[in-house]
Order: sequence, then C-alpha cells, then structure tokens
Amino acid sequence: MGYKTRIIAEEGKQEILITREFDIPVALLYKAYIEPDLIEQWMGTKVVKFEFQKHGSYRFETTDPQGNKHGFNGVIHDYIKKQEIIRTFEMENRKFGVQLEIYSFEPLTSKTSRLKQQVIYQSPYLRDQNLKLPFKQGINWAHNLMEEILVNLQ
Amino acid sequence: MKLRRDVFQAIADPTRRAILTLIAVNAMTPTVIAENFDYSRQTISKHIQILTECEILRQEQKGREIYYQLNPEGMKEIADFIEPFRKLWEERFNKLESVMKSYQSKK
Repeated sequence: MGYKTRIIAEEGKQEILITREFDIPVALLYKAYIEPDLIEQWMGTKVVKFEFQKHGSYRFETTDPQGNKHGFNGVIHDYIKKQEIIRTFEMENRKFGVQLEIYSFEPLTSKTSRLKQQVIYQSPYLRDQNLKLPFKQGINWAHNLMEEILVNLQ
Repeated sequence: MKLRRDVFQAIADPTRRAILTLIAVNAMTPTVIAENFDYSRQTISKHIQILTECEILRQEQKGREIYYQLNPEGMKEIADFIEPFRKLWEERFNKLESVMKSYQSKK
C-alpha cells in the first residue's frame, strides 16, 4: 500500500498539483475547509480571522516550539459550495511570494471524495523554494542532531 | 510490502534523537538504552525499530546480546526533496480525515 497523497510537480513549471482521496463524503471534506474550528483542528493552526465569502480574507497564526509566531494570510477569491474554492495564500515576512490555490472537491461515492489542490506560484524558482521547505526542515534536524552527537563525543 | 521509512521523520522525534545521541558514544543493548529513559521498554523498542528501519541504526550480535550502534551512512542519505513535502501533506490530510470522521460521528 502506498501513500494516498500524490504530488505532481513538473520540472520548470510554476505550479504543483496535489491530489488525495478521502474516506469521507464530499460535503464533509468541503466543510473541513470552511469552518474555522475544524481548520484549527486539522491544520494545527490558530484561525485569527476567517471571512468565508467572495473577496473575504483570512489569517492563520501558528506558534513554533520556540514560541515564535508565524502568520499566514490570504483572500477568498471565489467559491462554489461543495465544489471549488479559489484563494490566495501567503506566508508573512518570508520570501516565498504569494500563491494562488484552486481547490476542487469531487464526490467519488456517497462516502468517499477526492480533493485536487492546484497551487500556482509566482515563478518556477519560488515553487521549488516552497517545495523544499519541509525538506530543509529535515536537513536542519539532521544538522542539529549531528551537532548534539559531536558535542557528546567531546 | 513494508514502506520504507523516512529518515527525516525518524530524527524529528526528540526521543529518537536522544537515543541516537546516546548510542553515538557507545554501542548499547536495548535494555541499557531503555534504562536511560522514563518510557516503557516497549516504547523504546518501537523507537529503536523505526531507527533501524531507516538504517540510521545498525544491529550487531555479540554473543547472546544485540547491540545497536549508529550507522553514519544512514544519516547521509538525502531523499528526493519532494518526499518530505508529500509526507507533510499526507499527514495533514490524514488528520483532516480523522477530524472529520469524529465530527461526523458526533452528529
């Protein structure tokens, strides 16, 4: 059994496509994206502002283990109930640009659904920088660990 | 088929990092490793298993005992850079699914 999440990131393009099938009805999948308390639960973030309406804006805030706060915000461009959400997303005070996110929600059966998340970045370079973020976090962990080990060996 | 574990995920866990720091100095048996922690032997065994699957730890049989030691080669492995990104989303979506399932059953 493989992972349920697929990432398509073609070389040299400024977009990615994330797809995932869920064992929940499409109405619930959609709900997970429009109810602040549900977003807080699964995204693990604080929802500071959430105006789910055409041209409404939202803002999330997370606190890292060191106690630093990180903000994220964007605008809801448009939506079609239980079918589509188009919004922007930006990490505050970081140099990763703004991304356009198009979420398509599809029913598969009465109990299962599929999400297609198309993310368009400002340039192929910025797309790759964004893609590498979790990877870089991993590299940092590896470096910190090597440091701890070296300190212990002294 | 057993899924290949992700090195990054393995070393992100503080307990597993502590285990690695510990055995970097000396190869140790699982019993001795577990004695250094307040967790149950079972919990520590699970962590050791994950680290072994990632090939960060190497087993060595000495007499009746199995000793674990650091495998520096395992640490050098750099996975495809998209993999950690996919893992991040996989975990987020798993969370979404479980949050919504319990939301559904509460209704």
